[in-house]
Amino acid sequence: MLTKRIIPCLDIKEGRVVKGVKFLGLRDAGDPVEVAKVYDAQEADELVFLDITASFEKRRILVDLVEKIAKNIFMPFTVGGGVNDIGDIRNLLNAGAEKVSINTQAVKFPELVTEASERFGSQCIVVAIDAKDITDPDNPEHLKWEVFINGGRTPTGLDALDWAKKAAKLGAGEILLTSMDFDGTKDGYDIALTKTISEAVSIPVIASGGAGKLEHFWDCFSKTQASACLAASIFHYQEYTVKDVKTYLQLKGVAVRL
Amino acid sequence: MIPAVKVFLPLRVLLISMIAIIDYGMGNIHSVNKALEVCGARTLVTNKPEVIRSCDMIVLPGVGAFDDAMQELEKLGLVSVIKEHILAQKPFLGICLGMQLLFETSEEAKLTKGLGILKGKVRRFEARKDLKVPHMGWNSIKVASPFFKGIADGSFVYFCHSYYPEPKEKSVIVATCNYGIDFACAVAQNNVFGMQFHPEKSQKVGLRMLESFIKLC
Repeated sequence: MLTKRIIPCLDIKEGRVVKGVKFLGLRDAGDPVEVAKVYDAQEADELVFLDITASFEKRRILVDLVEKIAKNIFMPFTVGGGVNDIGDIRNLLNAGAEKVSINTQAVKFPELVTEASERFGSQCIVVAIDAKDITDPDNPEHLKWEVFINGGRTPTGLDALDWAKKAAKLGAGEILLTSMDFDGTKDGYDIALTKTISEAVSIPVIASGGAGKLEHFWDCFSKTQASACLAASIFHYQEYTVKDVKTYLQLKGVAVRL
Repeated sequence: MIPAVKVFLPLRVLLISMIAIIDYGMGNIHSVNKALEVCGARTLVTNKPEVIRSCDMIVLPGVGAFDDAMQELEKLGLVSVIKEHILAQKPFLGICLGMQLLFETSEEAKLTKGLGILKGKVRRFEARKDLKVPHMGWNSIKVASPFFKGIADGSFVYFCHSYYPEPKEKSVIVATCNYGIDFACAVAQNNVFGMQFHPEKSQKVGLRMLESFIKLC
């Protein structure tokens, strides 16, 4: 049986893990390879590395990093952040990334998703969507979310549901869906958003943003069609290990890999 | 002691067989190479026919489109090299797309036929409400071959694909997986092996499988 995936997310800046990672017993907490090894030992199903470097040197650093990670851990990982063109995607895949995630550029140039999936296969092209609730207070029944790009700074006017369906049609193999309203709140995943999108598309959806308690993972898997849950701070601050989450989910009857 | 070591080292190197990992521009060669190295293999990442001919084993990785992959192999003059290698009874391992290419045809391919080493075709999963395609993530497999010695039934391996092989002869199936249907996730025929999942991304279980493959030589 295909299991539900638990995916820690690591923010990378200039080749180092940022976002106040506090792992004990690590020689160098900022080294992505060391952090990846910790999550590997915790039986994480995948890892997502999101590059937030702003510098000019970014691409080379990211490719070097991907090579280093692939040399040291033998588990699937996705890389995203500032992926611009086919060349970027090819370099990251050749360096050992399983999947490449595209966000802003997919909105600006949707044909990039098609070209990339035709060339490298849908299974390695992830479209990341940052969605914000814009439901009209006078019409609360009709839930609506808008797509934002450039790290959540720029509204696009695109409806998140429409864009998710279009991304799947364009050839995306997976959607990484982040709720901007819930991200960082630790109040749980945006169930309405995740449910709406995951039921509307036939490709896997990764829920992201808001995980703070074990119950939040169960909530997401029991109420939506999400294939995976992504989380950052709950793991970084060692409140729970990936294994804690999976053990809990197994007790709840969710199929996980343990 | 020192002269003995000096003699011993080159001999040992000569005794370990060489694996050619075919680099034909179809992604993710790096991970396969590293995983095989960790398992103790000597590897060469190459697309040169003469180099591949001199190797003891071939690993054909690959992700992407069936047509593109076959066309690349043709262009590089590798189709005959692979067939000769297999005819010579030397070990061959195809991973993911590299496994699918062993078959005769694919629903994905409009222009090309596969290598035709195994009888059968490659089909697409039909997406349903409860069945997302691609089949992506960790799924358990049922093993039925001595090749998977030391791999427990129900072990989890990593999958990432929309197409799956449908062998004509069921005798070549050495492991199955269920995703909406039971499909062949590993095949073997004499010296030819194929895995639909990614052993190089399947942590300890995957590395153990690659170790078994290396030992074939």
